[in-house]
Amino acid sequence: MARWLQDNMPKIVLAPSFIAVMVFVYGFIGWTAWVSLTRSRLMPRYEIDSFIQYGRLADSPRFETAMENLAIFGTLFIVIAMVLGLLLAILLDQKIRTEGAIRTIYLYPMALSMIVTGTAWKWILNPELGIEATIKGWGFTNFEFKWLVDPDMAIYTVVLAAVWQSSGFVMALFLAGLRSVDEEIIKAAQVDGIPTWRVYSAIIIPSMAPIFLSAFIVLAHLAIKAFDLVIALTGGGPGYATDLPATYMYAMAFSRGDIGQAASSAMVMMLVVFTIVVPYLYSELRTKDD
Amino acid sequence: MKSYVLSTASAIAVCAAGVASADGHAEAEVLHYWTSGGEAKSVAVLQEEFAANGGTWTDMPVAGGGGDAAGTALRARVLSGNAPTAAQIKGPAIQEWYAEGVLADISSVAEANDWANLLPASIAAHMQCEGTWCAAPVNVHRVDWIWANTEILAANGIEMPTTWDEFNAAAETLQAAGIIPLAHGGQAWQDATVFETVVLGLGGAEFYQAALVNLDSEALTSDTMIAAFDQMRTIRGYVDPNFSGRDWNLATAMVMNGEAAFQIMGDWAKGEFLAAGKVPGVDFSCASTPGDGYLYNVDSFAMFSVDGDGKAAGQELLAELIMGPNFQEVFNMNKGSIPARTDVDLSGFDECAQLSAAEMASTNDGGTLMPSYAHGMALFGAQSGAITDVVTAHFNSEMSSADAVQMLADAVANSM
Repeated sequence: MARWLQDNMPKIVLAPSFIAVMVFVYGFIGWTAWVSLTRSRLMPRYEIDSFIQYGRLADSPRFETAMENLAIFGTLFIVIAMVLGLLLAILLDQKIRTEGAIRTIYLYPMALSMIVTGTAWKWILNPELGIEATIKGWGFTNFEFKWLVDPDMAIYTVVLAAVWQSSGFVMALFLAGLRSVDEEIIKAAQVDGIPTWRVYSAIIIPSMAPIFLSAFIVLAHLAIKAFDLVIALTGGGPGYATDLPATYMYAMAFSRGDIGQAASSAMVMMLVVFTIVVPYLYSELRTKDD
Repeated sequence: MKSYVLSTASAIAVCAAGVASADGHAEAEVLHYWTSGGEAKSVAVLQEEFAANGGTWTDMPVAGGGGDAAGTALRARVLSGNAPTAAQIKGPAIQEWYAEGVLADISSVAEANDWANLLPASIAAHMQCEGTWCAAPVNVHRVDWIWANTEILAANGIEMPTTWDEFNAAAETLQAAGIIPLAHGGQAWQDATVFETVVLGLGGAEFYQAALVNLDSEALTSDTMIAAFDQMRTIRGYVDPNFSGRDWNLATAMVMNGEAAFQIMGDWAKGEFLAAGKVPGVDFSCASTPGDGYLYNVDSFAMFSVDGDGKAAGQELLAELIMGPNFQEVFNMNKGSIPARTDVDLSGFDECAQLSAAEMASTNDGGTLMPSYAHGMALFGAQSGAITDVVTAHFNSEMSSADAVQMLADAVANSM
């Protein structure tokens, strides 16, 4: 008995969490999938009615805008945050004196919640209160920066605020990665007379591939989850120009009593996540087996 | 299970004591979203009256002015089989909940207190579920008000407009004088509020009924609807460039301090003016938006089907108090709306409220008393949301009226 307990102790300890995850995550994903196939309105109904909710989703101009925004926001956010983070990490890696202080300053925005970031940037980007007003006050009366209130440009303000918040975190990830590269290789390269930028591009960055993966996963999930930032910054934008699938789902579920639509948009979001994450995980697990 | 045992035990005890259950201890658990300043004070009036009549009030306030969070909390409780005794629900949502089979029947109270004759016909209809009474109305907010800064109007020789053409002419004069004609907040519900007053003003009550209540596709794609979108495009030129995302009370402040001349907003704007010490008729004017008709937004409490004699007694007491003349008068004086009950003495109310009550009576007689779609009185959430999406997309872009009308018809069809 004691032997059996000892052998199976890991499984026993993990069992409650495992069951909880199975029920509350996968079980409820299944429930959402079920509801997305019904005609649920205010309360969930369980009679399956084929893919009518997905059809309605495809016909909805607002959801189309939301998915477009997700693509624009997701791509720009991930690419810019990674590039900026890498750049900052490389610059910080040059053994400067005040590295500790500068690193902390760049990392601080991550400590703010998205609501605070959104509200602060809403004031900064407001034409009457923020950047435009300040620069006009300095005498440049023709300066305009109306992105926040322009339906076409508002999504880029969301990118701006999100990049500001997350690039410090990416920088910290990359800095750790840069520092973890073997010193001997770098010294050997420098002895060979290879210029520093070449050392970075040919040796250090390729060896940091796993860090790129981690940064990508973190940024991708932040991008898909981005709800509070949009609500605080633009409230869905001029009209619904900065709507994202997450805000669409919230509006359908809680403001409009249209649970079927909410469930189907949630399933679409999940599929988007799967198409990005699953291939990466697959390739990652495959290389481990090699 | 526990509550069933408890209620059975208490029922037996009550019967054993030889007292009828109607005199049993009334209790009510009430879910509402009146959590801010004036609204919380108003609901406290009901709480005190309930307690004064021997009832026990369990408060369940859920913050969030539009009632979204309250709706979610309500749904969770109903799904788990533990519905509150009464909840603050309004408009077609009452009938939607009735269709789920969870509302109680308070017809006995309604008939005993002659609600059918005390309420305007369309408002009474909202409180009924397939012939039985299921909710009690608290107030009547008027949505189609236009508020103006009296000084600015006098200085520019402008009268309160009675048609949309007069409004446009007045706006042109104001723009030439460097004043923002219309203070507006660029949030979807505010765009929808302006839109429905335009539809009512340009098309009349019958068109409004056909288009925004019955969702008749002919009305939705008619020339009148195109004209309504044209007028919205014209109004877009009369708001200041920074209107996006502005809260409604900040727009009211713009009218108060003379930056803008008009605001189209429901009568809760009056609360802002009065709180700032402005006097109706002297500092600010109120009038119906251009056109004939009245758009109402009625707050009400719906009664849920719950177990227990105490709760049933609580519902009856609550319903009776809500429609009682004392509560109707005191609550509405604090809240800025007018009583739903038509026989309350209005001498203590300000002139805008009295105007509202007079027009409610006249439009009720004339058949032009209409439910506000923008405030959830005319349509289910999915449909009114779909219309609002189109209105706000059109207002915030260069979309043509013809495209907007087509998008409107598609969106309504898609939301059914």
